[in-house]
Parts: sequence; C-alpha cells; structure tokens
Amino acid sequence: MIPVNAIIKEVIKETPTITTLKFDIKPDAIPGQFIMVWIRGMDEIPMALSHPDGITVQNVGDASGTLSNMKPGDNIGLRGPLGNGFELLGQRIMIIAGGVGAAPLLPLAHQLRLKGAKISILIGAKTSKELLFEEQFSRSGEINVATDDGSKGYHGVITGLMDTYDLNSFDMFYVCGPEMMMRAVLDMLHMNGLESISQFSLHRYFKCGIGVCGSCTIDPSGLRVCKDGPVFYGNILLNSELGKYRRDVTGKKIML
Amino acid sequence: MTHPELSIELTGLRMNNPTILAAGILGTTGASLKRIASAGAGAVVTKSIGAIPEQGHPNPSLVALECGLLNAMGLPNPSYKEFNDELMTAKKGDVPVIVSIFGSCPEEFCEIIEGLEGADAFELNLSCPHSQQYGAAVGTDPVLVEKITRAAKTTASVPIWVKLTPNVTDIVTIGEAASRGGADAIVAINTIRGMAIDINSGYPILGNLYGGLSGAAIRPVAVKCIYDLYRALDIPVIGVGGVSKWQDAVEMMMAGASAVQIGSAIYDNFTVFSEINEALLTFLISRDLIIDDIIGLAHRRVEQ
Repeated sequence: MIPVNAIIKEVIKETPTITTLKFDIKPDAIPGQFIMVWIRGMDEIPMALSHPDGITVQNVGDASGTLSNMKPGDNIGLRGPLGNGFELLGQRIMIIAGGVGAAPLLPLAHQLRLKGAKISILIGAKTSKELLFEEQFSRSGEINVATDDGSKGYHGVITGLMDTYDLNSFDMFYVCGPEMMMRAVLDMLHMNGLESISQFSLHRYFKCGIGVCGSCTIDPSGLRVCKDGPVFYGNILLNSELGKYRRDVTGKKIML
Repeated sequence: MTHPELSIELTGLRMNNPTILAAGILGTTGASLKRIASAGAGAVVTKSIGAIPEQGHPNPSLVALECGLLNAMGLPNPSYKEFNDELMTAKKGDVPVIVSIFGSCPEEFCEIIEGLEGADAFELNLSCPHSQQYGAAVGTDPVLVEKITRAAKTTASVPIWVKLTPNVTDIVTIGEAASRGGADAIVAINTIRGMAIDINSGYPILGNLYGGLSGAAIRPVAVKCIYDLYRALDIPVIGVGGVSKWQDAVEMMMAGASAVQIGSAIYDNFTVFSEINEALLTFLISRDLIIDDIIGLAHRRVEQ
C-alpha cells in the first residue's frame, strides 16, 4: 500500500492548538483506526481519523505544526486505514476523552449512537478553550466536562468526574487521552473490576506503521500498537508499560 | 513444537527447528523477540545494534509494494549500552538469541561485542543497503569484510555469522573474505537496493529517498546467491530473502541453506514459523528424508 493523494478541502480551527483537516477522500475505516499522513519531503506521522474524511491535529512538533498550517487545496499522502479500531459493543456506554484524544472517539460515538446505545461522554482538557468536540459529541449522548483549571465544568482531573457516576451501570468504556490520564482511568476501572470491559487507544512512536519494524511494541506482551492495536482492552494493559515508560525513536526506554 | 526430525545444530547452537527470525523485523524489544520465539521460531535475530544511539531515517521508512516491502529504517537503535535489558528479556524465550550488530570499523564491532552480555551468537550486518557509513558501505569491500570478521571472531566467545549484501558484482568474493576472516556462518541475503516514487507529486516515497527491497520479489535472487555461496564455501549458509511458505524454505535449503530466516512474511502472518515447520516435518516424513538430505540437494542433482 503506497500513499494515495488527498487534497485538503476544509480547515477547521477547533481550539487554539487543535485543527481539523478534511480531505477529498474517505478512507473506509472502523472508528479507532488510523492513517499514516505523509507531508512530502518532511515526515510521515500516524493520525486517528476524527471524521470519515478527516483528521484532527494538535500542533506539537514540526510535522503536526506543518499540518496545522495547511490550507484548502494543499496535498498530502495517506496510507490506511491501519490498525484494529474499536469493537462496537454494549448499550450503556461511557466515553472518556482527554485533549486531542477525543479525535478517534468522535466517529465511535456517532456509530454507537446509530446502533442505539445510550452514551455518557466525559471530555477533559487543561482549560475550557481546549475542550474538543463538545458540540459534536452532544449529538450522540450526554456530555460532562472537566477542566484542570476549573474554567468549565468539573474542576479537576477526569477520574474525579468519573467518580460522580455509578461505573457499574456501564457495559463498555472507551478511552483515549494523555498517557497518565489513561493509566489513572485504567486503575480506577480496575478498582471496580471493570478493566475487561474497557477499550483504550494507545499512542506510541511509529516508524513503519504496518507491524513490521517493531518500534511500537509494548511490554511485556510484545504487542504492536500499530498493528495489534492501537486499541487494546484494559485487562491486556493492566500490567503493561502504560503510564510507566515508553520508548523513544531510538528504542530507548523513557520513564514517564 | 519440538520434533527431533526438525532439530538442528547450527554453528554449535541447538535449535528446535531451522526457521529463524531475520534481523530488523520486530526485533527492537525483548518482549517482541520473546513473542516470536513463542510463535515457533527456532532462533531469533535482533534489530541491528550499534555503538551509539541512532534515530534512523525520517518517515516514511517502510512501504508495502505489490511485490514486497521497501524500507529505509536507517538502523534506529538505542546503542548496545541500552540493549542489554532487552537481550535479557529476549533470552527468556528459550531459543538462541543472535544479536545483529553494525559498525564502521573493526574496533567498533569489537566494542559492541564486548559490551553485550548473553548473546548466543553475533550476526555482523555488513549489508544494510541504505546507510552512509555502515552495512553495505563496509560489506562491499572484501578486505574490510575479512578484517572485521577476524576482529569480531577474535573478540567474541560465541559464533560469528556474517550477513552479506547482494548489491555487489560477485557475492562469493565477499563470502570467501568472511570465511577467511573466520566466520562461523554466512547469512545471505540482505535487501536489494530499490526506490519508489509517488506519481502524484514526483517525490521519492521513502524519507531516505531509496531503500532496500525484501519479500517474494527477491527470493530467486537469494536462491542463486545461496547456491553460489554453498558451492564455494565450507561454512554453513543461512538463507534469507522472501521466504513466506514451506516450499520456499525447502527450495532455499536445496540451494544450500542450513537454515532459513524469515522477515517480511511475519507482519501479516504471525503463524508463519509454525506453519512452515509443520509442513516441513510432513514433507520430510512423507518422503522418508532427514533435513541433511535436502540441504544442498540441487548441487548433488547437478553433479549426478
């Protein structure tokens, strides 16, 4: 699979740091799958599909910065969809989104809603201006937000907001966000014996993106985030490196 | 799966079967190597490890073409100093762990060998086709190949395998140089230089512009190299290049391979090792053969 050409049709500034790009093509993806986005002559990075025809980028580096500044009519190369995606299961759903981690969860919420699920969506961000997809998520279920600085909704981390729910009344949890947030959510679900009905979308450094090189394998299972994931059930992750360390571009362990 | 019919001894290493994970595929972490061992590989070769940390080439670093995989990873690795932990974990897979290493001069190879504890053998990467100062940059010069092999052999207390590049006029010349240097086995072949261009934009697809081709497309090239090396050398040849099914493994062994390495085929078929081993066992039993009967059989047929 070589990159196919995609033309940027629309650029939406979602927050001061987050931008959505919509293309002229729709990769036939399951929610939670990703694409490798090639900025020609520069780099290729993995991005979750936030829309059937779009990605949502946070400006955190050279490649994501260049993507964030693209204009309608600009071209990129796309490989995908890649990875496993979420399993759409359950009727009483909690979606937990942290920061730009909301991206793969938005198409998931839409599809679960179409299947008739009742969904509670918890959105967390550092501050109210960085809350992502509040309005779009509200079409699929009940919204509750948490901000670290208290500028909107619950003042504090998202596990605090989770605590206000009867977690045992849910039959599936879907989670994506910063690593330490995901570890905290996993630990909280585990305390309630719910880790095996939770799905997490992981982020690791990808090189090949198709399960060959091994750059993104996680300990101790050796599972590849790009091919066996990026979505894993909580019970698989419980004793994993999640929230403890990751490997950098050279493969060296970086403690978190 | 352990069957006495499939067990081999290769450069003094006992292996349950003659299939080996090739270097550069899923060999970055100990856990990943252990996972491949449990999937049925008789031995595993790590990602190539160097003296200093390398980030590798910019992405895209690997694309799947219709005929195989084209890659220019660029030898990303955390250096041998950071790899001992991964090696310890990999060893828990209970199969021999061969550490692939690269350097630009004999001294660098020796430094890495001395710094890695517990390797069951070393595979000298004298063949990566897309690095400025490593791999094929040294592996195309028979004088340097002999020097590096001799230095490694003198330093190491475990077997030395030398992996060759097919991107030379005559691979046998290089194989003979490695053999003179004291190599315990030759591994052939590494990837073949290749390039792909995005016709929408004219940009070369790989971040490094060009890379190395692996997979089914290169198998006949590998078979010919193995055939020639087997005829010329007295040390074992380990075959690698496009093996994805048992018939490929048997063909490579008939060309002269004592064992086969598998790389590209794994990424979408994790059961490739156990599949090949089961079918190889059936093939041997049904024809009342032992492994030694098929190694180099093509040569004996031609001589008859």
